[in-house]
Amino acid sequence: MSNDLLVVENLKKHFVTSRGTVRAVDDVSFAAKEGETLGLVGESGSGKSTVAYTIIGLHAPTAGTITFAGKDMSTAVQKRPRALKRALQIVFQDPGTSLNPRRTIEQILSLPLKVHGIGSRRARRKTVVELLRQVELPPEYLFKSPHMLGGGERQMVAIARALATNPSLIILDEPTSALDVSIQAKIINMLCGFQDEMNLTYLFITHDLSLMRNVASRVAIMYLGKVYELAPTDEFFERPMQPYTKMLLSSIPVVLPEEEAIKPSRIVSEGEIPSPVNVPPGCGFHTRCAEMGEGCDSDEPHLVEVKPGHFVRCHQCAEPVTAEIAGKE
Amino acid sequence: MGKSVLQIRDLHVEFKVYEGQLMVLNGVNMNVPAGARVGLVGEAGCGKTTTMRCVLGILQSPPGRISEGTILFHDRDVLKMSQANLQRIRGGGISMIFQDPVAALNPVFTVGDQLTAVIRYAAAKKMDKKEIRRRAIKALGDVQLPDPDRMFSSYPVQLSGGMRQRVCIAMALATEPELMIADEPTTALDVTIQAQMLRLLNELVEQRATSVIFITHSLGVVKEMADWVYVMYAGNIVEGAKKEILFANPLHPYTVGLMGALPKLTGGGIAEGIAGRIPDYLNPPTGCRFNPRCRRAMEMCSGERPEFREVEPDHHVACYLYGRDADVQ
Repeated sequence: MSNDLLVVENLKKHFVTSRGTVRAVDDVSFAAKEGETLGLVGESGSGKSTVAYTIIGLHAPTAGTITFAGKDMSTAVQKRPRALKRALQIVFQDPGTSLNPRRTIEQILSLPLKVHGIGSRRARRKTVVELLRQVELPPEYLFKSPHMLGGGERQMVAIARALATNPSLIILDEPTSALDVSIQAKIINMLCGFQDEMNLTYLFITHDLSLMRNVASRVAIMYLGKVYELAPTDEFFERPMQPYTKMLLSSIPVVLPEEEAIKPSRIVSEGEIPSPVNVPPGCGFHTRCAEMGEGCDSDEPHLVEVKPGHFVRCHQCAEPVTAEIAGKE
Repeated sequence: MGKSVLQIRDLHVEFKVYEGQLMVLNGVNMNVPAGARVGLVGEAGCGKTTTMRCVLGILQSPPGRISEGTILFHDRDVLKMSQANLQRIRGGGISMIFQDPVAALNPVFTVGDQLTAVIRYAAAKKMDKKEIRRRAIKALGDVQLPDPDRMFSSYPVQLSGGMRQRVCIAMALATEPELMIADEPTTALDVTIQAQMLRLLNELVEQRATSVIFITHSLGVVKEMADWVYVMYAGNIVEGAKKEILFANPLHPYTVGLMGALPKLTGGGIAEGIAGRIPDYLNPPTGCRFNPRCRRAMEMCSGERPEFREVEPDHHVACYLYGRDADVQ
């Protein structure tokens, strides 16, 4: 499609360690459309952060391509055109460690401006004050250092830093999971506001499905380095197909009875995510799957489009639909 | 309401630091009926863990100091007990599960070493070595760990996060305590593992009729784990009620705000959250500590601290909006 801003195809990232190769990301493909929020969910160890780091250039991909705004970015980060780096920013999970404790907020916020040569020294200070205003922090924060700020305020600074270069895509790697819900609400609303104002595209990584429901336009679920289901948000939550998605959804503790009603209730959570060093043969999820059938532990399923826009990686749920299509032909 | 296992009355705790006195707990009142599961909800830094440390007599002192209040375990004041008597209560009478299973287990001793130590210390009289081992292995089996014999001789690093937390639960329940304090036992875990853990805890607690205090920052978790819920804000219990009542009719503006800020699985966007942040304990606001952030604050709110009073059966609130002759809608 022409309006795909970020296209990731067959991305692999393996880490070679003394105890074997960690297949952190193993054949991941997705595309983020301009102006949308693509949600990437998964448990710890599913590879979602590795996907983010590979896209931003912290890791070089083992295989596969990353195309951003029509340009190939699969090369080493040093060889990426600077203009592309400027258009691609990231907000990390823990604002306590992503901000340099020995710099003032002004230094932190003006660094990306300096790197990309935006404005004169005087203009930069103006820009920095404006950035602070955008994230609703007072201008005197310029002279504070990160440890003088609360967790929520630090994350605001991290968001302001990502906005500094006027990017078109921001990767949000669990931006609120270290924060309290009342602060999370504020930050999420602010992020949604920026998206509308500046036509930003978000790749939103989180393990919190309730949050995902409220921010994402499409959701991809990862397990053992692979995408297992990808669908528009409403479809994903109301008609999940992959047994793993159902298990995740039914595991969420919720407050309201109407939330309880949309949870798939029959699935009981069993087992734990296997090590990405010893990936089970066949479908990676078969060790925990309640709907396991023939071939699940030997043949690897592929990501199949079962409905327009709804992709599933599962032998059990993909087959009946494809058989139906085959029957019609 | 039957007999109480634990009653906390007007507990005040201060911490002495370089800058002055931190007034952390400001009159905490709580009641744990025998055999009940009590949830304690609040955001980071509101004093949940500090309260529980006082109950077990493990508040770090100095800098901490209990300046006022009583904690009755059955009819005995824990705060006036000798160290020897306290030691007898810890483990045998009251046990605790900590948030981080990695930090709670000693990495250089096997699971068996640590588990037998707990059983040995809590035993009323000297116990035979074989008997201790038998009990330890039974405890490991009770928490549904596969192959308890092998687990017994494993080191914590050989186990996954979920398995380690199961070991911690086994340690907390092996001595058959009357009251178990679980301090965010599932916060560090993935949502599917959390679901397994909550199910397991509920089963075990029900079998043994253990009373539980379950600390969490998640309203969803508390809904699954508690019969009674206390909401804490900045060193005060602001609301306490039977679970059904609290979720159907939250009264304190903080509870209402907290519920509103929660992302819903049914979608529909995220409400605004609560403006401002948790107060500075050096100079906490006078009166109700929530008044600077409260949308419904009145003049009297910054005067005297509102009393924690019953406004309808099984529903206590510390707020001036309610309680004047119980005009609850």
